[in-house]
Amino acid sequence: MATLQSLDIRRRSASTEAPPQVRQGSLEVAKLIDVSKCIGCKACQSACLSWNDLVEPVGFFEGSYNNPPDLTPTSWTVMKFTEYEKGDDLEWLIRKDGCMHCDDPGCLKACPAPGAIVQYANGIVDFVSENCIGCGYCVKGCPFNVPRISKTDRKAYKCTLCVDRVAVGQAPACAKACPTQAIYFGSKEDMLDHADKRIIDLKSRGYEKAGLYDPPGVGGTHVMYVLHHADKPSLYAGLPDDPRISPLVGLWKGVLKPLSLAAIAFAGVFGFLHYVTKGPNEVSESDERKGDDLAGGKGA
Amino acid sequence: MTNSWNDIKNADVILVMGGNAAEAHPCGFKWVTEAKSNNGAKLVVVDPRFTRSAAVADLYAPLRPGTDIAFLMGVINYLLKNDKIHRDYVKAFTNASYLVKEGYKFEDGLFTGYDASKRDYTNKSDWEYQFDEQGMAKVDDSMSSPNSVMSLLKAHAGRYTPEMVERICGTPKDKFLKVCELIASTATGERTMTSLYALGWTQHTTGAQNIRCMAMIQLLLGNMGMPGGGVNALRGHANVQGITDLALLSTSTPGYMVLPSERETTFADYMKSRAFKPIRPGQTSFWQNYQKFFVSQQKAFFGAAATAENDWAYDYLPKFDTGYDTLKMVDMMAAGQMNGLFCQGLNIMMAAPQKDKTRAGLGKLKWLVVVDPIETETARFWENHGEFNNVDPKSVQTEVFQLPTSVYVEEEGSFTNSSRVIQWHWKAAEGPGESRSDIDIVAGLYGRLKAKYAKDGGAFPDPLLKLTWSYTNSASPAPAEVLKEINGYVVQDVTDPADPTKVLLRAGQQLPSFAVMTADGKTAAGCWIYTGVYTDAGNMSMRRDASDPTGKGVHPNWGFAWPANRRVLYNRASSDPNGKPWSERKKYVFWNGARWTGADVPDYGPLVAPDKSVGPFIMNPEGVGRLYVRGVMREGPFPEHYEPMDAFLENPLHPKVSVSPVARIFAADAKSFGTPDKFPIVATTYRLTEHFHYWTKAVHGNAVLQPELFVEIGERLAKAKGIKDGEWVEISSQRGAIKAKACVTKRIRPILVNGKPCDVIGLPIHYGFIGLARKGYATNTITPSVGDASVNTPEYKAFLVDVKKTSAPAASAMA
Repeated sequence: MATLQSLDIRRRSASTEAPPQVRQGSLEVAKLIDVSKCIGCKACQSACLSWNDLVEPVGFFEGSYNNPPDLTPTSWTVMKFTEYEKGDDLEWLIRKDGCMHCDDPGCLKACPAPGAIVQYANGIVDFVSENCIGCGYCVKGCPFNVPRISKTDRKAYKCTLCVDRVAVGQAPACAKACPTQAIYFGSKEDMLDHADKRIIDLKSRGYEKAGLYDPPGVGGTHVMYVLHHADKPSLYAGLPDDPRISPLVGLWKGVLKPLSLAAIAFAGVFGFLHYVTKGPNEVSESDERKGDDLAGGKGA
Repeated sequence: MTNSWNDIKNADVILVMGGNAAEAHPCGFKWVTEAKSNNGAKLVVVDPRFTRSAAVADLYAPLRPGTDIAFLMGVINYLLKNDKIHRDYVKAFTNASYLVKEGYKFEDGLFTGYDASKRDYTNKSDWEYQFDEQGMAKVDDSMSSPNSVMSLLKAHAGRYTPEMVERICGTPKDKFLKVCELIASTATGERTMTSLYALGWTQHTTGAQNIRCMAMIQLLLGNMGMPGGGVNALRGHANVQGITDLALLSTSTPGYMVLPSERETTFADYMKSRAFKPIRPGQTSFWQNYQKFFVSQQKAFFGAAATAENDWAYDYLPKFDTGYDTLKMVDMMAAGQMNGLFCQGLNIMMAAPQKDKTRAGLGKLKWLVVVDPIETETARFWENHGEFNNVDPKSVQTEVFQLPTSVYVEEEGSFTNSSRVIQWHWKAAEGPGESRSDIDIVAGLYGRLKAKYAKDGGAFPDPLLKLTWSYTNSASPAPAEVLKEINGYVVQDVTDPADPTKVLLRAGQQLPSFAVMTADGKTAAGCWIYTGVYTDAGNMSMRRDASDPTGKGVHPNWGFAWPANRRVLYNRASSDPNGKPWSERKKYVFWNGARWTGADVPDYGPLVAPDKSVGPFIMNPEGVGRLYVRGVMREGPFPEHYEPMDAFLENPLHPKVSVSPVARIFAADAKSFGTPDKFPIVATTYRLTEHFHYWTKAVHGNAVLQPELFVEIGERLAKAKGIKDGEWVEISSQRGAIKAKACVTKRIRPILVNGKPCDVIGLPIHYGFIGLARKGYATNTITPSVGDASVNTPEYKAFLVDVKKTSAPAASAMA
């Protein structure tokens, strides 16, 4: 998607331009997924397919209620069901998986294509397909294993947090469709407040470790969860306990990038000096003849 | 629902049992999450499987399919033993104090009056109350007389100890007692429990009595007529409440009146048993108005042809000899007793139990008309789909006609939801191709039949020729015209009996309420309970004012709730006998010194003072709620646990009468029931949130979200049978066998029944050989064809099977 006029870009992948300065006070948004209210009905999944005009192929039953079993280039959100035995009791933990819209997005940091991944001032991280080169670095950069590369067009896809809806003051399609208000959307501040209330309720029902999932390792996220077991996020279909951007991305952006830039600069400077001291490359008569022979004797 | 969807938010305890509200009613379930987050409500789920509802519950307890009565009678026993009943309510508002005849007995699983040769109770006289000389029921206010309903109930329920519940249901005793404690916490005027149920209670040979049990619990707790209380049937379709109201059962007429039977040859005969005289002093017994509703209905049906002289065209009505429900229809088809079948909005081959019987029956018809918006298996029953429908088309001579219909968004009309709220819907698009609305198809059929009878005559063409059909376009009645007719109108001026010069109602006027109906043919109404939905003020079902002045979830100006725009039935019971709310917290409808008032339309005479001692259950001739129902239900005055027809064990309570002694069994099906030696596993069937019946497998998005038939198997059974996730499993019953992919799960808890391990499997319905989802077997291939004794609902929810690992269906069938 191209830029939306009302959404200022905070960051662009592989670019150094300064963000626009005129508009101030853009509200940071967040989606709050209250896992304790989720019944796994997949209305969000259906709304996502529908709003974004995505056609996921009909799959097979593969042993659980997860359908499709994982995120795909056309399924930007999927419900993940985990059966968790706690002593004599059972819990069916149902988590809506998808892009977390990290405040410090590993995908954007890893992306080498200028402007293929942007972060808006409101916190939404979005893929700009026309700039995507399909290299898959975003996949490596994501601590939540979210982006998927399409085999058809070699572009990366993921949840846009319905940036097109948010830009015109609407909640994301999933939040709109959720029948039990397990998905809230609003300013990040309001969502944090709401999460506090939900956590108090959950603690009163015996979930002593109830809490918010807003992992600091990625600067916090613009998609957050209320979890009954916030001490063990990985119970919820492998939600990372302490997500961080892969050190490889850090290496590439942090140490390797200046080194590589230095190497490029060095090559340039060396070439120039070489030209100055040695002059341009000269082609001898014998070189020309050898070249003609190689080209089948048809050279000029 | 006695209450409404919105009212669930007022509940303190929500019991989801006999249904899976989160799965089957995800949108309505928002009121459960609302009650939990804003009213501190506790959600209790009792189900054979740990369901999507259980996933958000505060307490879950498992039980074996088909043992709900044992569980609920156990709850009643707990409430009575521990004195956890709302005593003042029970005393004033139920028949606990009524005296039953001395002859009443319950022994070895049978009530008095049973005739084994007829499989029925042929003498119910001993089930009656004791009456005095004035015909009034005798009561004992202390409720302690040995023949009082309370004493009889104590004895009847006393057998269902927590140990017995565990033995029959497999529910661990500690879990059962925790559920009891939460339920018992609402036995005060301060707190209420709502009961949400659906097909998990109805689809049993004991279905109607499952629901009776809950009605009794709610009466004992004082939760009927209270905000956040009630017994609430969650209807499975946007308008299934509507079709029920408009006479779903073959022996009903609209508005829950009864079609005459062949024994009632005259109108006088018919009315004799429908006098509904009060059986306690001063009671309303509202059905005393039956004749007004019935005559008005006949006037709506037959207009000027219904006169006092011809007993309001009583002879025009068909007289039934027996009920013609789906099971009966299939049985008759299979026996070659039917020529043709109109299948409108029903995929009978997939939906009826014992698919092979249905398919054989369809093959014996001369013609079949399928009226449906999509391709159905029923319309293609003759087509070979390998092992999924192994039929030789050459052997089928049935001629099949398919009439495509538009769907609800392609036509306007009204829906009646579970809350009894009638809501208009507007047309959003044209139907595709040659589709027509169901109304147009029926009108077209009627027009042609009428023309043929008019031309050729017939034995008795009057009912068809004289049917009221005064629509602007007779070939396409407007839904608004039909709703106006259902509401009713004044045929002839109605004058004040005290002053005949004073006209109360003018001819041609829409009826404002059923209270003004007359039995002399001056009013006409198609369905009395709907009166008020379309008055001279307009179509009330179009109202969309979401305001809720009292915050109790009433929303009085949103659509129209039958009856009389009342949102909670029996709501006078929300106040004590003196008309004072049982508590400030649950204040709902009360006496203000001059009249009844409050959040809702009072279900009571608005000016009848509390000291008149008129009971709040105004439909009953007693005026009170019935813990004991005399002869109203075929199975007996109290609910009793009977094993499902495919019985997992001998009934520990009375081994000689193990299964329901009055369940409806067809002779042709006598050998179709399984026994645990051959089929040692208990199975149940259900719906998935991702699909709607057999429809949405025709929709790509739904097919993506749940693509293929599966079978849920507990880990213990899977291990014993060497079955792993995603592998193919054969599930066989006495009726046949199907294949499905295994979903091995912890959510089916290992239970002990009668001390022995009992394994349960679960099968979704939804799949077949037509549509966009993966082709598969019809789950109903293996379900039993047997009906509940009172209402003939098939027993889809509890039957016996065996399972084994198998190979995939042949590729040719899958393609």
